[in-house]
Amino acid sequence: MKHLDEYRDPAQVKTLLRKIEELVSQHWVIMEICGGQTHSFLRHGLNALLPPQIELVHGPGCPVCVTPLEQIDKAIAIASRPEVIFTSYGDMLRVPGSSTDLFSVRAKGSDVRVVYSPLEAVQLAEAHPDKEVVFFAIGFETTAPANAMAVLLAQRKGITNFSIITAQVRVPPAMEAILQAESCRVQGFLAAGHVCAVMGFHEYLPLAEKYQVPIMVTGFEPVDLLQGLYATIRQLEGGQALVENQYQRTVSQQGNTAAQQSIQQAFRAVDRKWRGIGTIPQSGWGLRSELAAFDAELKFEVQGLLTQESPLCIAGEILQGLKKTVECPAFGKECTPQNPLGAPMVSSEGACAAYYRYHR
Amino acid sequence: MTTMNKPDFAGATCPTPHQAKETVLLGHGSGGTLSRELVEQVFLPELGEAAPRTLDDAAIIETAEQGQRLALSTDSHVVEPLFFPGGDIGHLAVCGTVNDLAMMGARPLALTCGFILEEGLPFATLRQVLASMRAAAEEAGIYFAAGDTKVVQRGSADKMFINTSGLGVVDQGVQISGANARPGDVIIVSGTLGDHGITVLATREGLGFETDLASDAAPLNHLVQAMLAAGTIHVLRDPTRGGLATSLVEISEQSQVTLLIEEDKLPVKPAVRAACEMLGFDPLFIANEGKLVAFVPPEDAEAVLATMRQTKYGEDATIIGRVLEAGKAQVQLQTAIGGTRLLDMLPGELLPRIC
Repeated sequence: MKHLDEYRDPAQVKTLLRKIEELVSQHWVIMEICGGQTHSFLRHGLNALLPPQIELVHGPGCPVCVTPLEQIDKAIAIASRPEVIFTSYGDMLRVPGSSTDLFSVRAKGSDVRVVYSPLEAVQLAEAHPDKEVVFFAIGFETTAPANAMAVLLAQRKGITNFSIITAQVRVPPAMEAILQAESCRVQGFLAAGHVCAVMGFHEYLPLAEKYQVPIMVTGFEPVDLLQGLYATIRQLEGGQALVENQYQRTVSQQGNTAAQQSIQQAFRAVDRKWRGIGTIPQSGWGLRSELAAFDAELKFEVQGLLTQESPLCIAGEILQGLKKTVECPAFGKECTPQNPLGAPMVSSEGACAAYYRYHR
Repeated sequence: MTTMNKPDFAGATCPTPHQAKETVLLGHGSGGTLSRELVEQVFLPELGEAAPRTLDDAAIIETAEQGQRLALSTDSHVVEPLFFPGGDIGHLAVCGTVNDLAMMGARPLALTCGFILEEGLPFATLRQVLASMRAAAEEAGIYFAAGDTKVVQRGSADKMFINTSGLGVVDQGVQISGANARPGDVIIVSGTLGDHGITVLATREGLGFETDLASDAAPLNHLVQAMLAAGTIHVLRDPTRGGLATSLVEISEQSQVTLLIEEDKLPVKPAVRAACEMLGFDPLFIANEGKLVAFVPPEDAEAVLATMRQTKYGEDATIIGRVLEAGKAQVQLQTAIGGTRLLDMLPGELLPRIC
């Protein structure tokens, strides 16, 4: 396929691997922020081909993994109501809440549907005026514009039986949280290319300067990842801490301003809890007050939920790059994709699922 | 950049799972790990001594006469939509059972068919499905020996479900089973992967892919007979739900062998590859209905491959890997860029990616 094969070219991969090997002189810890990048490293078997001095750690960039348990429990409670058609991207349906998941809720009779876009949920609301259609708006900056458009469209059309559960998160505050932690080992970042396609990378400039850490905007194919790694290591070896853009075919410094405008119209930055990590200030998108009628949490007043955490799962440490998936005592034993203890083992972008699938 | 307080990571944990599954989930029908759990943890213990002796595609039943054996298989078909490019539920119902018999090396003789129809189903729809079943039966060279129909109230079934059972004969000397893979065996697939699954998905979800993709559903019994005439076959399987990856994992476990598959040898149509890239799927996990994977001893591989390529449903047949060693059940994939990774079954339903 054009535009894809050239980024999976074995000859280029070999050349880049050799260049990285020649360049690296010491041990470096580099975090790929996005779960899509983690999967790509493992799916293509790239991690095993890298020189041993390069330690890759996996970041919090999986939208399913970081959605807090409370939000999932709220979603399950709302989805269980008889008047509700609950819609979500597929991955979210398998994630365990405190006592059940959305697939199980559907099996017991609730109307839970997989959609490919939040606009489909708006169409459902139009088609079923006697029902309340709720969309589970999870994700990073990549999904936020579409979620914003869905709410704005519903408002414009005067649709009153549509609402969303917002669980949207922002990458830069999470990166800063990781860098601020005393236990932080991360020396360089591969920033998520598709997040930057929407938001640009101007937000990363002060981070790189303040924490003296190279940040490389990177794509998802083997050649992208190796080019990103090479440039990051070149900076680290040369004592630099710059923001550079490997993913120039998609990303500009200012990003997609039209998409950013939609986000700004519908949402405002709010403090947000990250599953397994904790609350990170200003790290989420919440609905603007004038759109409160579309906030499912307010509409359904879900209260009195008791969330319960497991002592076995170390997902929080994994999402911060403090521990590796295979260092978890439950990995592949108590915790598998069939019986996940935590979200990183569930999601198609979760680091634990990636290791379980490709590299056990 | 907002000024931030240091986040508190102390005691960071992840939620408790609900391990016990109290109800049947859609994923229990995916053909992957959940399906296997259902069989191993519910069906087999409950059926006890009456349970099937093996979990191959069809059962082989010894008869009194030396060397002659019967093959018996059953399969139910529920597909939404009933009609899709390249096929429909009736065509699928015949091909599925014919292929289950063929995957044991059996020559299919006769089928039974049971229909569960939803009240309100138009006769025109039923006639169209039956015509399609007849065409598939004629192509496979079998007939319908018995049938049954039940009608349920509107809403109790989704338009039409079909069950087909098949009876076949296994010729003397033919010994095919998922447990028969041996080190050195060459692994062959009969054609391109994922055509059926992506066609049905694109039709069902209205994804609007502008391709000429069609389902590959086809009866493979004549292809198998040609292969058996060309050489020895150790294992045959049609990689339906769960795709090629799931079939390979099952075979590696049944035979306790390590398989090595080469990613750049896997035949995948550009349209299927593009759809998979877009949705975040892997063609290795997408369902096929007219393809088979064969494990053939190395000395017979070229002859079998050449024969396959001369047939209608095997013209794109290709070697994708081999059996490395015995003792460890594992499927390794050598990636196109030279790395290696493991292949596992699909855990539950195939779900599109979020971003």
